[in-house]
Amino acid sequence: MSDVLTALIKIFVALGWFLVLTLYLTWVERKESAVLQDRIGANRASIFGLRLFGLFQPFADAIKMIFKEDFVPAFADKVLHTLAPFVSFFFVAVTIAAMPFGDDIVVGGKTVGLQVFDPSVGLLYVLAMLSLGIYGIILSGWASRNRFALLGSARGAAQLISYEVALGLSLIGLIMVFPSLRMSDIVRFQGGTILGFLPRWGVFLQPLGFALFFVAALAETKRVPFDLPEGESEIIGFFAEYGGLKWGLFMMTDFMEIIVVSALLATLFFGGWQVPWLAADGFHWPWGGHWALARWLVVVLQVLAFQAKVVFFCWLQILIRWTYPRLRYDQLMDLGWKVLIPLGLLNILATGLVMSL
Amino acid sequence: MTTRLQAQARPESLLLNMGPSHPAMHGTIRIMLELDGERILNSEVEVGYLHRGFEKTCEHRTWFNLLIYTDRLNYVSPLINNLGYVMTVEKLLGLEVPERAQWIRVLMSELSRISDHLTCLAAMAMECGAFTAFLYKMKAREFLWDAIEQTTGARMTTSYIRIGGVRADLHPDFEAVVRRAVDETRKVVKDVRGLLDKNPIFLGRTRDIAVMTPDNALSYGWTGPCLRSTGVAYDVRRAQPYLTYDRLDFEIPVGERGDNFDRYLVRMSEMEQSLRIIEQCLKPLARTVPAPSGIAPAEAIREARRRRPDDPVRLSPNLEGSEKAVYPGIMAGDKRYVLPPKEDAYTTIEGLIAHFKHFMAGHGLRPPKGEAYFAVEGGNGELGYYIVSDGSDRPYRLHLRAPCFHIVSALEELIRGRYVADVIPTFGSMNMIGGELDR
Repeated sequence: MSDVLTALIKIFVALGWFLVLTLYLTWVERKESAVLQDRIGANRASIFGLRLFGLFQPFADAIKMIFKEDFVPAFADKVLHTLAPFVSFFFVAVTIAAMPFGDDIVVGGKTVGLQVFDPSVGLLYVLAMLSLGIYGIILSGWASRNRFALLGSARGAAQLISYEVALGLSLIGLIMVFPSLRMSDIVRFQGGTILGFLPRWGVFLQPLGFALFFVAALAETKRVPFDLPEGESEIIGFFAEYGGLKWGLFMMTDFMEIIVVSALLATLFFGGWQVPWLAADGFHWPWGGHWALARWLVVVLQVLAFQAKVVFFCWLQILIRWTYPRLRYDQLMDLGWKVLIPLGLLNILATGLVMSL
Repeated sequence: MTTRLQAQARPESLLLNMGPSHPAMHGTIRIMLELDGERILNSEVEVGYLHRGFEKTCEHRTWFNLLIYTDRLNYVSPLINNLGYVMTVEKLLGLEVPERAQWIRVLMSELSRISDHLTCLAAMAMECGAFTAFLYKMKAREFLWDAIEQTTGARMTTSYIRIGGVRADLHPDFEAVVRRAVDETRKVVKDVRGLLDKNPIFLGRTRDIAVMTPDNALSYGWTGPCLRSTGVAYDVRRAQPYLTYDRLDFEIPVGERGDNFDRYLVRMSEMEQSLRIIEQCLKPLARTVPAPSGIAPAEAIREARRRRPDDPVRLSPNLEGSEKAVYPGIMAGDKRYVLPPKEDAYTTIEGLIAHFKHFMAGHGLRPPKGEAYFAVEGGNGELGYYIVSDGSDRPYRLHLRAPCFHIVSALEELIRGRYVADVIPTFGSMNMIGGELDR
């Protein structure tokens, strides 16, 4: 019984964290782009005259979308049209389950991992769920019976499948280095140091792998410079026939993918919840010396470290989104198949050579 | 109705209708595409969705009244449109314009040209996904339009350049505002160059795409930045200098390949040249006339609204708020063609009668019988007016040579065989302006 309760609490907390961060990422995106572009950004939403830099804006947006007419075009396939956004949303929402938020903690004599569930194929699970999100895009384009939407979904499917390959290949080197596919093990493995001072993070073990993964993952989020399925000024996008909350779900899916990608980057390449030189009993400085910390403080620091890393990568992705123009379809495919995949294979070869030495 | 494309298309290809309502078809234009996947096999461009019958309307308006219709042609650079029409009429009349007015006209033309180029490149960048570059350029345009608004009283529908001169003298603060606008625009041009010039994604989207050869461009009747991007250094300001352009020092930037990127680069360099021209204009403007004592149109309106109707006004109730003393500098002296100063119209019988003679049906401005063609360098290229006068108070025929009509006619050829996504920067680099294209 208590197991079920723990699991439910974990699901609730993880999903709550995920959705709240998604909501606020829209605010961050607005404000960050505003700063980049010499604007002020959304600051009008207020509760009793309290504006707080537009922090209520995400709620205003959500309320607006909920109360919009749920419109399905007459020529669309009603069932699939309705199903598509939920498919997209669902598959990205469940990925958060495998993300480790922190080290195991002991509650009432029982060890509880700060992770919803920790399968032995955690990494594959995340990648698989991200890939299944394609169905949402294909369904939306197909069910809309709109040529622009169809082009968008065809682009989206081709793009995601191509970059799935690059994404997988960029991670193989990492998997060769890490002892397991279990997310908690991957993070725990990154706790040590290389050469006595450098944290044993994936980015230091696999610098090329990190670069490849980062580019491929950006493409997976379907945002500028890889926003071809949307391509608002060319083909309007696979969600051209959506409005209200269904469109909102697609938009949220995009933002959730940013968070998932950030969490993956943090977990696989930047030590997840690991803080450099922080062990269970406190800091072990590389120049010698030990700074003891209480166990609870260590856990808090580690959880905060994970959050900080995720937020940093969200920020970085938004920065990229507002800086670059969009690629063209053939250029995108060239980048995926002719650059990322050969480099990924090279990375695997190099990793193998180094490991066999 | 079956269109040409529908009739010719292979049964297995996908027909896609871009426009008339589409985010990238600013203005309204319809591009029908026959697609094989993402590749364009054929296309058909349909123009005319914004046709308002400009030329026909002008035949029913007096020479004076039809000026406002020219504002609405290329709404980003209305001053150049005003200028083209006004100078054609002046050519018919053989009217000499005071030198100060000429400098003001040059200055205003260049301000408009920069805002035109900024808008075109901003839209092109945005449609390629570079939203930040778009907003940077829009910011620069605001500074330019502030300067324009201060003197002309309007941002877009200016009607500022009048037959015989300009409507009002420059605002006393004009120089400071223009200098600020020039500085800000320079900064923005530098920023945007940093963002886009060497950006591999932007280069990939524009380099060697939609390449136009000089011969082909000439045969289509291309002019302006698009023609110059192919390497032909034809600029009306240099080829047939008008106003004071022959006394100004500026270069004609040309491209090498005639692709989308060259069209972008030529416009960027032209903005820098226009900024130079503006700075050169400020000197003679400061020299020729003592500080203008006229009251700015916007203030004149505000002042007039505050007063009671029977209160003797020194200010005119309409936009001719400038005082009589400054008229000689900015308006030709020929009373047959130029409105009397408002003060005269209110206070002297000669002025009042002259005013009525201008606006009574069948009187007014009546150029001699004949025809005239005059072209100015608009934002898009050679903006020419062909006017036939039968000696009455309205034109017998007015034809506008809209530069972007000729440019857009090459669109079908340029996008054939390319990708759907290439339509966007290609179309963007042409700077199609619906009002000018469809007239």
